[in-house]
Amino acid sequence: MPIQITMPALSPTMTEGKISKWLKAVGDTIKAGDVIAEIETDKATMEVESADEGVFGQIVVPEGTDGVQVGAVIGYILAEGEKPGDVAVAKSVAIKPSAALPTAPAEVGKTAGAASQVAPSSAARGSRLFATPLARRLAGEAGIDLAGIVGSGPHGRIVQADVEAAKASPRPRAAGPTQTPTTAAAVPAASLTKDRVQSLAGGIGYDLQAHTSMRKAIARRLTEAKQTIPHFYLTVDIELDALLDIRTKLNARADGNYKLSVNDFVIRAAAVALKRLPEANASWSDDGVLLWKSVDIAVAVAIEGGLITPIVKGADLKGIAAISNEMKDLGARAKAGKLKLEEFQGGTFSISNLGMFGIREFSAVINPPHGAILAVGAGEERVVVKNGAPAVATVMTCTLSVDHRVIDGAVGANFLRIFKGLMEDPLGMLV
Amino acid sequence: MAETSYDLIIIGGGPGGYVAAIRAAQLKLNVALVEREHLGGICLNWGCIPTKALLRSAEINHLLHRLDEFGLSATGTSFDLAKIVKRSRTVAGQLAGGVKHLLKKNKVTVFDGSGRLEGVAGDLRKVNVTKDDKPVAALTAKNVILATGARPRVLPGLEPDGKLVWTSKEAMIPEALPKSLLVIGSGAIGIEFASFYRNLGAEVTVVEALDRILPVEDAEISALARKSFEKQGMKFHTGATVKELRRGKESVLATIVAGDKIETLTFDRVITAVGIVGNVEGIGLEGTKVKVERTHVVVDQYAFTGEPGVYAIGDLAGPPWLAHKASHEGILAVEKIAGLPHLHPIDPLSIPGCTYCMPQIASVGLTEAKAIEQGHSVKVGHFPYVGNGKAIAMGETEGMIKTVFDANTGALLGAHMVGAEVTELIQGYVIARSLETTEAELISSVFPHPTLSEMMHESVLDAYQRAIHF
Repeated sequence: MPIQITMPALSPTMTEGKISKWLKAVGDTIKAGDVIAEIETDKATMEVESADEGVFGQIVVPEGTDGVQVGAVIGYILAEGEKPGDVAVAKSVAIKPSAALPTAPAEVGKTAGAASQVAPSSAARGSRLFATPLARRLAGEAGIDLAGIVGSGPHGRIVQADVEAAKASPRPRAAGPTQTPTTAAAVPAASLTKDRVQSLAGGIGYDLQAHTSMRKAIARRLTEAKQTIPHFYLTVDIELDALLDIRTKLNARADGNYKLSVNDFVIRAAAVALKRLPEANASWSDDGVLLWKSVDIAVAVAIEGGLITPIVKGADLKGIAAISNEMKDLGARAKAGKLKLEEFQGGTFSISNLGMFGIREFSAVINPPHGAILAVGAGEERVVVKNGAPAVATVMTCTLSVDHRVIDGAVGANFLRIFKGLMEDPLGMLV
Repeated sequence: MAETSYDLIIIGGGPGGYVAAIRAAQLKLNVALVEREHLGGICLNWGCIPTKALLRSAEINHLLHRLDEFGLSATGTSFDLAKIVKRSRTVAGQLAGGVKHLLKKNKVTVFDGSGRLEGVAGDLRKVNVTKDDKPVAALTAKNVILATGARPRVLPGLEPDGKLVWTSKEAMIPEALPKSLLVIGSGAIGIEFASFYRNLGAEVTVVEALDRILPVEDAEISALARKSFEKQGMKFHTGATVKELRRGKESVLATIVAGDKIETLTFDRVITAVGIVGNVEGIGLEGTKVKVERTHVVVDQYAFTGEPGVYAIGDLAGPPWLAHKASHEGILAVEKIAGLPHLHPIDPLSIPGCTYCMPQIASVGLTEAKAIEQGHSVKVGHFPYVGNGKAIAMGETEGMIKTVFDANTGALLGAHMVGAEVTELIQGYVIARSLETTEAELISSVFPHPTLSEMMHESVLDAYQRAIHF
């Protein structure tokens, strides 16, 4: 039997992905460990390695196909002695659900709009759903939609334990109290179909740009953040002249080993401030506030089609040059879509800097599960009052968005006081 | 003395260790396997395999006595015990050679000696190999799998002496057939020997401390097996213990106590089969985080001991004491070490158990009593061999297949079988369990006719009051 290549789960939350590129052609020899395809997930493009060896026999899911469910067959490897014709045997079984893939997203739209009779479980994932008979029966009895469960069995198959776990921790339902459990999962709170949005906009024409996995992830996570986290905002002005002076001096003696940016100082100062004020390096959980034992700073990086937040882990333990070089590497690989999962998932605090675009000040949306995010504006010359007289200084405005469940106003203000102190007297953050 | 570094060192070349070594080689790990006595371990050399060879001889002997029933006749039939034993040893030898070849083919380096953990060097584990107390090699590897197996448990007063009081090893190579035999312990090993010797004509008495024989099996299976064995002439003392063995020149006086009843009986030979203890000594566990509880190493669901880089599998890592469990654990541990994704711990309730007596016994999952004890409401199906066409045609009408389902979910909780060839049938239910099949899929599957496997179908049907042939 030809060996199936299935869509791998590249992160715990991944339920579907897009085949962005096949790197092997039919007929190529494949060794275990060879990179065979690139797959686009929520946030990044990742390489998929083959666990088996043989000859690449067939592509089942073509390049560019979106919404491919984890566990679905995407291609075949022929074992020794097998001919391409052998795939046909397996194909007749496997290709049916796969062939339906490209049209599946449209199905989702229809279901969402009309809440029609299409079975929500099959429509929601857009491909065949793999679950054991027992799991199907248990889910049916409990009224749980299998489409909302990530399978832990072989090839992502949903097994009894997954359904029992889902039963034990019911997913938050959409707001409508009258919705039945099955339709709640299938119909989003506001069904913003393209037709509805067009009519809201007065019926004008448009070009439809299909959602990327990243666009969907941004929409989902930030909607969740704004709807569930009570944000409040604290703004502070910071004079940068001393910092710019030290930066110039340090860069002058770098000898090509580093090139510090203002943002590197921002990361370092935030890390030191969080270390000194552990209450601010914290996250909300239902069981209690989690005071993190590590200071991991996620830095928003704009990339083609969205943004991603690579993480400087243990930033309080790293010097500015180390932070700077690490950020350069992370930023470059983020733009190339080559970050590893652990390099952008997690973190305890985030920083978003739009200074390079000339933005004076803005407020950012908290990136769950972080307790706060610092929005950094441009450093610019402004007239300030010093000793009762007007003077010119380079000033940067920063706004901290805070999760009030975790961090109160006084703690947030104290964090900004420490941060401002470090930025204005940068020698303090060097040690 | 060779000083060599590997990716993985496996101590013990039994069905756990050698299978782990081959899997590791498949995953491109550089593997060393340390074996002190014989590749294939107890299973292949002094356990599963040679006993199956002996039992096959016993089975044919049994059929010889039933020739007339099948319309056949032969004169002057007899058996030569020495030849039966010789065949058993040849079979074991052939397979041990096969294991050696497999390891060579997979480029596993085999060290002849005893392996012992000797601390660490950086993040590498050190293992010293010695033979007859002389150093053979000093090895290092990031990971070590301990697979040293187990040996028969010795109870005070019942110590084996190799002559009158045997362990399974001596019982496998008898020089002469004892006229009378006492078997202490009615687990799989005890019952297999009881069956073998009874078949060849020995007077066999089995003593079991618990209230029924084959105590891990479903109670109905135990009862049916006992009835069948008693019909063959075996004697049982359940709820009884052997208090004393007085060893004479060519016989043993055994004191058997059951409640207030004390009996003293004479036997030619005694086999003790009262469980096993793990081989935890001399492998360098002292001073490590490896925890030993009741002679077995404590491990997590991926066979990890808690000591960095040290895993333990098979009999050494606790029950059930089965070769296939050891092999499966070995594969899992290696895949964990190799960092393969999506690994699944072994579900103990999906490990089948087989006893090769006559009639055979096989089971998987929960017994009816255990299922009820765990709070399941159950649906139970039975189907007797006497209702199956193939069984009648074969002249094997003793036996029964029992299935236990969760009444609410239809989950197959357990299957329990006694009768001809059940050890070959049980895998059907094992697959059903690992695929989380419910009664619906089993009922809608087409079983071939005429086969013994039809009873597996009928038993499921019976659980849902739909049996056709009974």
